[in-house]
Amino acid sequence: MKINKLKNFAKNIRKNIIFTAFKAGSKSAHIGGALSAADIIAVLYSGIMKIKKTKILDENRDRFILSKGHACLALYSALVEKKFLKKKDLETFESDGSNLLGHPIINKLSGIEFSTGSLGMGLALGVGVALAAKKKQKNYKTYVVLGDGECNEGSIWESVLSASHFKLDNMTIIVDRNNFQQTGKNSSIMDLKNLKNKFKSFGCETVEIDGHDIKKIYKSLINKNLNKPKVIVANTIKGKGIKLFENDNNWHHSIITKSIYKNILKEL
Amino acid sequence: MNIENNIKLWSNLGMRATFGLIAMELAKKYPDLMITTSDVSTSAGLDRYKNKYPDKFIDVGIAEQNLIGVSAGLSSEGFKVISTTFSPFQTLRCCEQIKVHLGYMKHKICMVGLASGLVLGNLGFTHCSIEDIGSLRSIPNISIVVPSDPFELFKALNAAIEHKNSVYIRLTAGANSKIINAKNYEFKIGKAVEILPGKDVVIIGCGNILGNCLEAASILREKKIQCSVVNMHTIKPIDKEIITDIAKENKLIVTVEEHNVIGGLGSSVAEILSGERNNCKLVRVGINDFYSSGGSYEYLKDIYGLSVEKIIQTVLSNF
Repeated sequence: MKINKLKNFAKNIRKNIIFTAFKAGSKSAHIGGALSAADIIAVLYSGIMKIKKTKILDENRDRFILSKGHACLALYSALVEKKFLKKKDLETFESDGSNLLGHPIINKLSGIEFSTGSLGMGLALGVGVALAAKKKQKNYKTYVVLGDGECNEGSIWESVLSASHFKLDNMTIIVDRNNFQQTGKNSSIMDLKNLKNKFKSFGCETVEIDGHDIKKIYKSLINKNLNKPKVIVANTIKGKGIKLFENDNNWHHSIITKSIYKNILKEL
Repeated sequence: MNIENNIKLWSNLGMRATFGLIAMELAKKYPDLMITTSDVSTSAGLDRYKNKYPDKFIDVGIAEQNLIGVSAGLSSEGFKVISTTFSPFQTLRCCEQIKVHLGYMKHKICMVGLASGLVLGNLGFTHCSIEDIGSLRSIPNISIVVPSDPFELFKALNAAIEHKNSVYIRLTAGANSKIINAKNYEFKIGKAVEILPGKDVVIIGCGNILGNCLEAASILREKKIQCSVVNMHTIKPIDKEIITDIAKENKLIVTVEEHNVIGGLGSSVAEILSGERNNCKLVRVGINDFYSSGGSYEYLKDIYGLSVEKIIQTVLSNF
């Protein structure tokens, strides 16, 4: 795998995120959590998942579920890079009647497998999809990206229990551990403490990595699961890639003005 | 399977056990059937099914939010999914999952809510279900069917599997349930059935409480009131046509349901009547928006005006 290709893909995702948020103007956009997930999503779409625009509904395609649906800008951006969407589509973000709203809407022809955004729900869908693969003896893999704040939801833990119980070794959960949620730090809102140990105690295979180290993300994803679901706790920085946004929760959901856009573009 | 021979047996067994028997038939008919539950296989009469078809049975444990999510995931991959647990947990406990996965995304499953209404009154109102119809009715793309007896459950399940969107099937009453439909008849989701013709008053009911409606109607006949009874087995989509016709030809409609009078059958009928010019009065009998002290099925039906005697009184005092 050419690491440079993955890095370049990640850079383009970030450019698309910033571009879309800027074009959204006063409608505002979820920026911080999209940027923290950008490298994870870049590696999945550019280096790991078997998906092709030309085989869009192929039963054997890998399935991706963005359970933290508010990070949709990262997903839409990846789908642009994979030609499932056109760059021009990004300009319709959150506009009247658009397919690209502030949370993903199911649209399999555009590569969006499920509508998500109400937190805590995507993982159960993933368990169903991965179970279906087992029942039908299909080889596709299911990848679910969770937010760390999202792990406040009890429903997540119902689903983790079942993924482990059903021995879903065809499923990988990646937690975008950026340490923030909507109104502050995880540690002050609802402390998640040692997430890796939590998933481990539920019976998952776990690994903790730097969620911006492309090589490590790739390696953790490509390693074969050991008869159980794999959980990658990816330590990330909210707003990663734009110094102004990094670890500043004001950019959880905000507006990128023209002057800010001009300045931050230089960083990418 | 000779259906009509089964009617008596099924009514003795009640809807839950009958559901388990029907599941055995459905597994033969549909190779891609999947039944999902949250630790209620025995209560749903599914133990035989579970043993015979372990590959077509998924128990997610006592986790109803996960139940709907996993079921929707299976459905999106082409399985015909029936989920089941006790009614409060099949509906309110996972209401938002039903909204997002089944309503918004339109993944199709059949949800079977066990022991809805008041039948579990001895266990208290945690286990009674008087809010399920009202809650689910406000979610687009979900149909709601309340079979009147186990025979109708058989028809409803078969129809629901072929139906275009998700269906909530609400089971009422326990073992030794009343036979409402003694003979074969045509069942169609969204199409009510007149089970007793008449002309003065119309009782519209749903679920096994129709047994009390029929008894009340026959006693009213002795008092020279020709009461008809309509089985509104589908609450959504409601049969607008029959309600409109009834309102044109009658002065009084009494709706009878084991559900809060807010949000259920009575509300659905009222919504149709409010859009029509007519001189027909509507009286809604059901749970009058309060949690009473708990107790047996018969005790609670009496408290909420659902006993035969109280239904008769309601008709007489409004006629």
